Amino acid sequence: MNGISAKWRDRLLYMVSPIVFLLVWQLLLMAGFGDRRFIPAPSDIALRFWRLTINGELALHTGVTLLRVFGGFFIGAIPAVACGLLMAMFKPVRLVVDPLIAALFPIPKIALMPLLLLAFGFGDASKIALVAIAVFFPVCVNTYVGAANIDKIYWDVAKNYGASQTVMFTRVVFFGALPTIFAGLRIALAVSFIVLVAAEFVATKSGIGYLIWNSWELLQVDVMFVGIVTIGILGLITSALFQEIERKVIPWKAE
Amino acid sequence: MVVQRRGAAISIAGLCKEYVSGQGRVRALDSIDLRVKPGEFLCIVGPSGCGKSTLLRILAGLDHQTAGSIAVEAGGWRVQNAMVFQESGLFPWMSVETNVRFGLMTRGVPETEANERVEAALRLVGLTRFRRHYPHQLSGGMRQRSAIARAFVTDPAMLLMDEPFAALDAQNRVILQAELVRIWEQTGKTVLYVTHSIEEALLLGDRCVVMTAQPGRIKQIIDVPFPHPRDLIALSAAADFGRLKIDIWKVLEEEVTRARQEMEA
Repeated sequence: MNGISAKWRDRLLYMVSPIVFLLVWQLLLMAGFGDRRFIPAPSDIALRFWRLTINGELALHTGVTLLRVFGGFFIGAIPAVACGLLMAMFKPVRLVVDPLIAALFPIPKIALMPLLLLAFGFGDASKIALVAIAVFFPVCVNTYVGAANIDKIYWDVAKNYGASQTVMFTRVVFFGALPTIFAGLRIALAVSFIVLVAAEFVATKSGIGYLIWNSWELLQVDVMFVGIVTIGILGLITSALFQEIERKVIPWKAE
Repeated sequence: MVVQRRGAAISIAGLCKEYVSGQGRVRALDSIDLRVKPGEFLCIVGPSGCGKSTLLRILAGLDHQTAGSIAVEAGGWRVQNAMVFQESGLFPWMSVETNVRFGLMTRGVPETEANERVEAALRLVGLTRFRRHYPHQLSGGMRQRSAIARAFVTDPAMLLMDEPFAALDAQNRVILQAELVRIWEQTGKTVLYVTHSIEEALLLGDRCVVMTAQPGRIKQIIDVPFPHPRDLIALSAAADFGRLKIDIWKVLEEEVTRARQEMEA
């Protein structure tokens, strides 16, 4: 009983700051600060949100954006984890890959968009590729750091108990690095939304990023805000989902 | 129970280990000569930094000697050695059962045989009810029990134990020492047991190797005359136990003092 109510208290606390933020925003506009044509109140945005939901437009754009985010996320994250583990296990791999990562990581991934449009065209593929590339680096680096910092005793135990390289890789290094891998995945998820929305500004006719940019050009400020809010909500939901998954996948992580 | 077979015979000759550290070369072990009889319980005591753990690590294949040789005769044993570490070294992401099974999984022991052996090992240390628990849900004593089960389940010719009970409270230590002696008496394995406690060495060992501080040399080897099976509580209260303890302490005291003076100098 006590455990359950504590859990719900935590969940409520999690929602306090966004609610307070919206409340302040609404009250300020209602009190006459700011021009509601350019800065719509949360209630205006909510109304527009509702209309766009009813006519299915928002669902369409959200669907497209989510497809691109998750497509790119998985395509980028899986090889990134493998690469990070290999770097931690084999020094030659690390020596070869490290300079490449150091050089490519700081390049703003959105700068690759024209190149990707050339390679993959104007369809979903180019956006998915962009997200995959953006996801790869933080996940790879986090995986490597997590795997390299596994307590030495686990390597000793595995070796003494006859672990092959494969067992070492799949049963020891991977799981040992998993908490840090998850930290990397969470960063990567945020990064995916960031680069994707930016990409959708220019190179597409669908997606939340397109919705935002298009309504800005038409000066439909409330629609623009609906797009922005939608991204925020998607970030919130996926992040919460992620925490639940993390709790299930890493049961040994102390509460 | 009659012990069917005896564990590994070990002969160590002229073993040296040097480390390259910041200032230069540090000699951790210096010309160690030691013969361990099959099925013997040998305790190694010495001041901190005398290289006793290094000796175990070399035997476990986790470290290499700079010079000297080790010959292990373990005919008829599929697994040569298994180590029990000071901090259990259980994998936090595996349940107790999966941890215990680890050394069998790596060696491709068939499923049904592995199940039986894991079951027996868990029963041996009294953890059948906790098989699904993760290490962080267990007490320190239960964690070390799991680590012991993980070592025994592989049926090694020699068991290498590096201060396995050092981090436990006094009551748990006594209980686990008694269990270890009971299990060892039943299985006939060769045990090398590193400890800094003279009392523990005398309670458990057939012989007790006293080592010097840096560089680690064998100062003296003392026969522990108490017969098996041992009642550890009664033994620890016996008069000749006390006398032997004082004898060894005198040998060790010089070393501890010398090590401290060197550290302060």
